[in-house]
Amino acid sequence: MTVVVDISHRLGDLALDVRFRSAGRLTALFGPSGSGKTTLINVIAGLIRPEKGRIEADGRVLVDTDAGLFVQKHKRRIGMVFQDARLFPHMSVASNLRYGRWFTPTAERYADIDAVVDLLGIGPLLDRRPAKLSGGEKQRVAIGRALLASPRLLLMDEPLASLDEARKAEILPYIERLRDETKIPIVYVSHSVSEVARLASDIVVLAQGKVAACGPTGAIMQRLDLLPAEERGEGGAVLDTAVLRHDEVFGMTVLGSAAGEIRVPHLATPVGAPVRIRIRARDVMIATEQPTSLSALNILPGTIVAIAPGQGPTVEIGIDCNGATVLARITEQSRQTLKLRLGRKVYAVIKTVSFDPANMSAGLPVEADG
Amino acid sequence: MNWLLDLTPDEWNAVRLSIKVATVAMIASLPPGILIALVLARGQFWGKTLLNGLVHLPLILPPVVIGYLLLLSFGRRGPAGAFLAEHFGIVFSFRWTGAALACAVMGFPLMVRAIRLSIEAVDGRIEAAAGTLGANPLWVFGTITLPLILPGLITGAILSFAKAMGEFGATITFVSNIPNETQTLPSAIYTFTQVPGGDAGALRLTLISIVISMAALVASEVLARRVGKRMDIE
Repeated sequence: MTVVVDISHRLGDLALDVRFRSAGRLTALFGPSGSGKTTLINVIAGLIRPEKGRIEADGRVLVDTDAGLFVQKHKRRIGMVFQDARLFPHMSVASNLRYGRWFTPTAERYADIDAVVDLLGIGPLLDRRPAKLSGGEKQRVAIGRALLASPRLLLMDEPLASLDEARKAEILPYIERLRDETKIPIVYVSHSVSEVARLASDIVVLAQGKVAACGPTGAIMQRLDLLPAEERGEGGAVLDTAVLRHDEVFGMTVLGSAAGEIRVPHLATPVGAPVRIRIRARDVMIATEQPTSLSALNILPGTIVAIAPGQGPTVEIGIDCNGATVLARITEQSRQTLKLRLGRKVYAVIKTVSFDPANMSAGLPVEADG
Repeated sequence: MNWLLDLTPDEWNAVRLSIKVATVAMIASLPPGILIALVLARGQFWGKTLLNGLVHLPLILPPVVIGYLLLLSFGRRGPAGAFLAEHFGIVFSFRWTGAALACAVMGFPLMVRAIRLSIEAVDGRIEAAAGTLGANPLWVFGTITLPLILPGLITGAILSFAKAMGEFGATITFVSNIPNETQTLPSAIYTFTQVPGGDAGALRLTLISIVISMAALVASEVLARRVGKRMDIE
């Protein structure tokens, strides 16, 4: 399943000029507000007609302005989850969920209501009215409603943006299950580094209506310069690891990664299961020789492969640890004191306690079918 | 109390006729009322102000003028009247159907206003969401828009009904005041006031028309509230 977008559209001050192709399981459209993410996803959904361009999903041409082709939104079979849920206020949750089913040709209905209700944990809500739901519950029902129309592609427009941290934490695992347990490709709009790093298989970075970068999550997250200033502190390397073993004595979990073993606070994930971690650049220290008498448990040997100026007095240093790149943000003063330069062998030091639920999540399973 | 319900057959007929005329006028104006309200609320086209003005004319013009215009156009010799009589056998002049037409026209602006306001209150983003789920515009209207504007529809319908119960000027100008055919409650009251000793009859019918109008208003209140509660819109 591939999504191909190549459009130009002007909306107010924003000149959207976007071209990308993604075959990812969850493609994140990432960028600051005003970068055109929401306009772009509305164009894909068919809610906005682009002035010029072409959109293709799963080999089916949805828009081709040169050929005068524009498939109406109700004929696209593209599910959409809006930031504000947009449930039908005059229907029960069950009727909301069943709505899209009516309009799906029988032969193309693959979504099973019981399975979806189970996946999203909304069984107890079925008889309620949308007005009686919490924000998080509304959003789960909205996801279910979109899924039950058996879409070919699922679009999610900042589905967590209007929720508080607790509600976000409640929904994120469901989106992970959605990504891992269903075959529907997802395009996910977000301005949050932690959400994108956690969920995305691929990232399209938008800035002022243009594509600033596009590629697999691991590669894009290396580019701290792509992050908006206020999110830069959240930036860092994203590594896909697997649980090696649990250390019951000290209550820790040991993850295996290309860079070596990484000890994190205890996870309930079974041995062998994939775990994605985000190592914030600001949490990484650099040592020029193997440190001893240090409390930090994770010491990864590597080679400096990149040095880039950061914000203010900082520099951002990329360390290749056996194929996996770890990013460190240190001061320019430290860099000069330690005489750090490209090619130098160093040790990246990461405290176990710098890992928390916000930067560890269920990893993407290894692709079996490509 | 007895003298109140002790109506002559002619008076009973006036009551029955009024209710019939008002009900038919209300039901017949609903489809065009919804359509015009939809066009005015959502449409962007040249001449929208003109259409809006046209719809509101009956509110501004003296009823006699509307009645006379109806007579000119829908009377036996009027272009519309002649056409309908010839092709569909529908005759308005001096029939109760003409009274219903006059009432419908007079109540139309009230109905359109109420429906238009409720359509404007519907969140277009919810309709867009229904579209992404596969519903074509007609289905969206039937399953989302229509249920959401139900309170406005009820209000508009009742306003049209109440207006029809009280319509006098346009009706009497268009279809005259024929007992058992076009003599609605207001016409009957008017007739009573024109003859000596008609005071008791006029009062009886006046009270009856107050009761009917109040009942209609209360019924609409209750209905609209029940619908609103069922929808539970925040």
